[in-house]
Formats: sequence, C-alpha cells, structure tokens
Amino acid sequence: MPDMAKLTIAQALNQALEAALMEDSAVVILGEDVGKDGGVFRITDGLFEKFGGDRVIDTPLAESGIVGTSVGLAMAGMKPVAEIQFFGFIYETMDQIASQAARVRFRSLGRYSAPMVIRAPFGGGVKAPEIHSDSLEALFTHTPGIKVVVPSNPYDAKGLLLSAIDDPDPVLFLEPMRLYRAFRDEVPEEAYRVPLGKASVVREGTDVTLIGWGPSMALVLAAADELVAQYDIAPEVVDLRTLTPLDEETIVTSVQKTQRAVVVHEAVRTSGFGGEIAALIQEKAFLYLEAPVLRVTGYDTPYPMTMFEDLWLPDTSQVVTAALSSVRF
Amino acid sequence: MTDGMEMFPLIQRLDEEGNLIGDLGVLSLADLKETYATMRFLRTFDERAWNLQRQGVIGTYAPFKGQEAAQMGAVAALEDTDWLVPTYRDWAASYLRGVPLEHGLFFSKGHPSLGDIPAGKRVLPAQVVIAAQTLHGVGVAWATKLRHEKVATVVTFGDGATSQGDFHEAMNFASVLAVPLIFFCENNQWAISVPLARQMHAETIAQRSIAYGIEGFRVDGNDYVAVANLMHELSERVRNGEGPFLVEALTYRLGAHTTADDPGKYRAIEEEDLWIRRDPLVRLERWLRAQGQLSDEDLAAIDADSERKVEEIIAGFREALDISPLVLFDSVYATLPSTLASQRAQFEARVKEVGA
Repeated sequence: MPDMAKLTIAQALNQALEAALMEDSAVVILGEDVGKDGGVFRITDGLFEKFGGDRVIDTPLAESGIVGTSVGLAMAGMKPVAEIQFFGFIYETMDQIASQAARVRFRSLGRYSAPMVIRAPFGGGVKAPEIHSDSLEALFTHTPGIKVVVPSNPYDAKGLLLSAIDDPDPVLFLEPMRLYRAFRDEVPEEAYRVPLGKASVVREGTDVTLIGWGPSMALVLAAADELVAQYDIAPEVVDLRTLTPLDEETIVTSVQKTQRAVVVHEAVRTSGFGGEIAALIQEKAFLYLEAPVLRVTGYDTPYPMTMFEDLWLPDTSQVVTAALSSVRF
Repeated sequence: MTDGMEMFPLIQRLDEEGNLIGDLGVLSLADLKETYATMRFLRTFDERAWNLQRQGVIGTYAPFKGQEAAQMGAVAALEDTDWLVPTYRDWAASYLRGVPLEHGLFFSKGHPSLGDIPAGKRVLPAQVVIAAQTLHGVGVAWATKLRHEKVATVVTFGDGATSQGDFHEAMNFASVLAVPLIFFCENNQWAISVPLARQMHAETIAQRSIAYGIEGFRVDGNDYVAVANLMHELSERVRNGEGPFLVEALTYRLGAHTTADDPGKYRAIEEEDLWIRRDPLVRLERWLRAQGQLSDEDLAAIDADSERKVEEIIAGFREALDISPLVLFDSVYATLPSTLASQRAQFEARVKEVGA
C-alpha cells in the first residue's frame, strides 16, 4: 500500500495542485493572492515558493481579467488553473465563462479548445460578508460546454481536481468552503485520479435515496446516520460529485431500488439543480416512485445576512424530516 | 485636461491626395501595387457580401468598407508564428492571415464552420462580444511569453470596445504582465449609431495608454503606408520583449454598422462625404497612378481578377452549405457525454423526420 496521510480537503487540494504543476509544465495557477499569500484559504500555500512567479501568478484584482486571460492562455496551449476568490464574485466574469470559455470548442467546430479549470470556494456557513456564500452552480449547469465538479471530501477533492486539470474542456471546480478544514480523510500520496461524470454511492440502502453534492453531503451523511439509528430506515446516499455531465444512471438505478428520493442543496429553491434531478427521476423512473421527489434547499431570497445564515441554510433535521415524509408518504 | 491630439499627433505617410510624406519606409513599390490589388479585391468582396444579404443568401453582415487599410496594415508585419485575435468586422485582416473569406459569409449565414480556422493558422474565431477578445489577446500573448517564444500578438477591436470593462482589464493585465501584445483599435468613429464623442470624454483613444503606463500611437488608419510601417516597428519590438502597445488607427466606417441599420438616420451626409474623400483605396490609387504604376488597363485586370475570385468564394460557400446539422452536438465537449448523446439521437431522429 502507498503511504496514506490523514488530510483535510484544503491539504488534499494543495497536493493535487502541486502534482499538476510537477507533471505538466503547461499548468499555471493564477488568481488574486494565490502567490505569496497562498490564497485566502491557503489552498495554493507553498506553491509560489516551490514553482516561482511564472507558474503561480498573482494577478490584478479583476475576475473577468483572470478568466478571460485564462481563455487566451488555454487556446494558445497552456493549462491555466484560475482561482476565483469567492464563488459569488463569479458574476463579474459570467461572460468570459458562459459566452467564451464554454463556447470556444463549439464556436470553432473543435479547431480550438479551452482546457482550463476555474476553482472557487463554494457554499455558505462561515459567516462571510455579502456575495461570499452564494451557491450559484445552476447558472453553470445551465451553460453547455463547461463541466461542473463539486467534491465533498478530501479523497475526491484531490482525485477530481487532477482529473479536472487533465480534462480537455473547461471545468468549474467548486470547493466546499466550510468543509475545507472540517475533517480529515486518508489520502494517498501519489497523483491518483477520480473520474469526472461519475457519482458515488456513499452508503447503500433500500428505503430512500438521499442525493447531494459538495457541502450538503455533510448534512446528508449526518441525516443518514440519524435515520438508521433512530428510525430504522436504510437510506441510500448518492454524492453526485459532478453536476455536468450528470451521472444519470447512478441516480436512476438508485431510485428504482429505493422508490423514493430527497435532493439537498444550499442554493435557492426555484430553478435550482434539485429541480433538474426531480425532473430526471420522474422522466426515467416514474413507475417506480412511491412518493414525490422532495427538495431540501435554501429559500428564494438572496443569501441571508449572516445573523440568520444558520437558520436559512438546510440542516440535518430538515433532511431527516424530508426523508421521513417520503418514506411515510 | 490632457490634450490627446497634441500628445499623440496623427502619424501619416500618404495623405488623402495621394502625396507621400517622407518615404515608403520598409515597404516597396511592389508591395504597394500588390496591396492595392488586394485592397480592391477585398472591397469587391465586401460590396458583394452586402448584396448577398439583400438577396437573402446570407444573414446580417458587418461591412468593413473604408477600414481596409487599417486592417491590412494591422497584420502587414505578422509572420506565420504570430497571432491575430480579431473581432467580427475583421475579415480583411483575417483573410491576410490565412482565413478564407468564405468564413465571412459563413459568419453571416450562421454556418457552423464560421470559426473553423484552417489548421496551422494562428487566428482566433471572430469575436461577437465587444472587447471580450482583448483579454484573450492578453492570454495568448502571455502564453507565448511564458514559453519564451519570439512571437507578436495583435488584438483588434473597435472604438466602442474601449468603453467596456474587459478592454480596461486587458490593458491593465497586459501592462502589469508586460506581454508581447499590440492592442490595435480600429477607431471607425461610430458604434452603430453612437459617435465617439458619446463613447468617451477623452480626445483620443491613444491617450488611454498613459493610464496604463504603456506607449500609445495614433495613426491615420486610412493610410496603409503609415499603418504597415508602424506595425512593422511595433511587431519587431514586441518580439524582442517590449510591449504591450496601444495603436489607435483613425478610420471611418463608410457603410452601415451592419445590413440591419441605415446610417442616414444618425449621421450627417457631409461627414460621410468628407471620409469618402479620405478613402484608403483612392489615395493609394492616386499615388500609384502618379508613379505611372497603375493604368486603366491594370485596373480593369484587377477588377476582372477580383470578380473571378469573389465568384469562386461564393461558389465555395454554396458548396459548404451541405453540412449535417448533427455537427451541433459534436463540438460541445471533446467527448460526447451520454446525457448529450441521447439528445443527439433525438435530434437525429428529428432531422430525419423533418429533413435537414
């Protein structure tokens, strides 16, 4: 067995970035404060010292500039890994992602491509100022041409990030902000890959399928424990890991088995990705269903002022309640 | 207030009467004879494209009439290893860099091959979003710098683009990173119906360079000799590690913004007349005639040749119309995801049912 260390998500991501810089001289990391400071969450810690300022690059403070220059770098043969300091700032660069990076291959009929990764801390729960905590993944699952990847644990974080950097298409890589240092997992030392587009059945069960991604997996897993311990219910837990392209098969297979599903996300409810999952399930597993597909989500307000953040965000008890109402439907 | 016109005097070598001010610089008489023939061919193409829209053969077309010298001069000094990052009106510039003019027709037809640049040609697909390509130009130039290549990159854009945030972010990134890039503004003085004076308060676009601590230049964009010479100098300088630079090429959109608007509604006929007299083609013709290098017979031969070449382009365009609608699904991702594969199958069935 190779060496296993107990790492946080933050450390696992740092290892992945270091491995990518070592493996491929075309890889460059760019963003605000990613150099000497190592990023505001220290995900690029130590990389500037190890690889120098031509590989780990502090840019001016302009998100459209970061992504737009990355598109140019990628079209000219580099592999940029851009950091957007907080996911809410992604609005500043919507055009460069949605109309540019995502369309390079399509616009040129495959003559050009934009293999690049846009990393951003994702989700709320850390009492950050306005626009720092919004879950905007559905803006990008609604954008053909870009892949959307959301790890929830250290092992996946490292393997998925390396796959994202290998990928020939642009990848939005969303890192669960409040889980960066919340727990540790065993993470192999070597540069392994976790394939994109594959969901993970984290826990097998027969009674209800709980579906989540990124930071929501923490409460989904806690809810699953509670359902088993207190209600003798065996939930199956699916961590999507990649939202685009979606692993429909794993979702449908699970729901055909359990006949019930609850989707959990922090994003606001209306037009959230949970609606897409619910639609998929009713299209592909309608006759298997014993209950409506339920959603546990944020509310249709802007992300709240942090005084009320904990109240606003989905919590474990809401997932448990939803699972129970599905099972008892 | 900064006196931009004084700080950035208009660089001119061939005036509107066709008088040479100074010498030809790096250009030769033979260069100019060839340039004139090419410019006349491009003018013929541009006017035909306009008519093709009127005939319903293609959709909305953005003519470059009047801007030929600026576009041709912008790329005059580029080598095969250099990059051009163009906007949607730059078919003359792209053509000189190896992109067939069929692409201009594809673009207006909404043909999927519009951005399928021939392999090996370092030209990006025409950009629609105003100023978005300025950042791509910075990225491309930055890539060449990181790889220590001696390569020049030229990004082209209009005067309206200088109002966009992306332009300013691009100027800032480029100057901070010191990338080998030439920002080439085709200042045609009109952004659809909005004149430059409503676009910015500054006197010149060239003076924008001051704020970014880089060198700026203002050149007569209807004077091929001046533009080509300036770009020769600047291309060589960026290949040798200098840059970025900002070039404002003062020109004029002799036609409409696109086939979908009528300039008579928003600008004075006197202004158009003034710029018709400054036509880049006319001044080159005057000079060549004065040198005894262009006769009526030569002109007739150029026109006949231009017509023939334009007919070939249109024929090639018509042949290329036979393309499968299924290509829409094949370049969204490098590999077709299974979710999209099932949609492709549905679309294929629909194509069979409805007919392509």
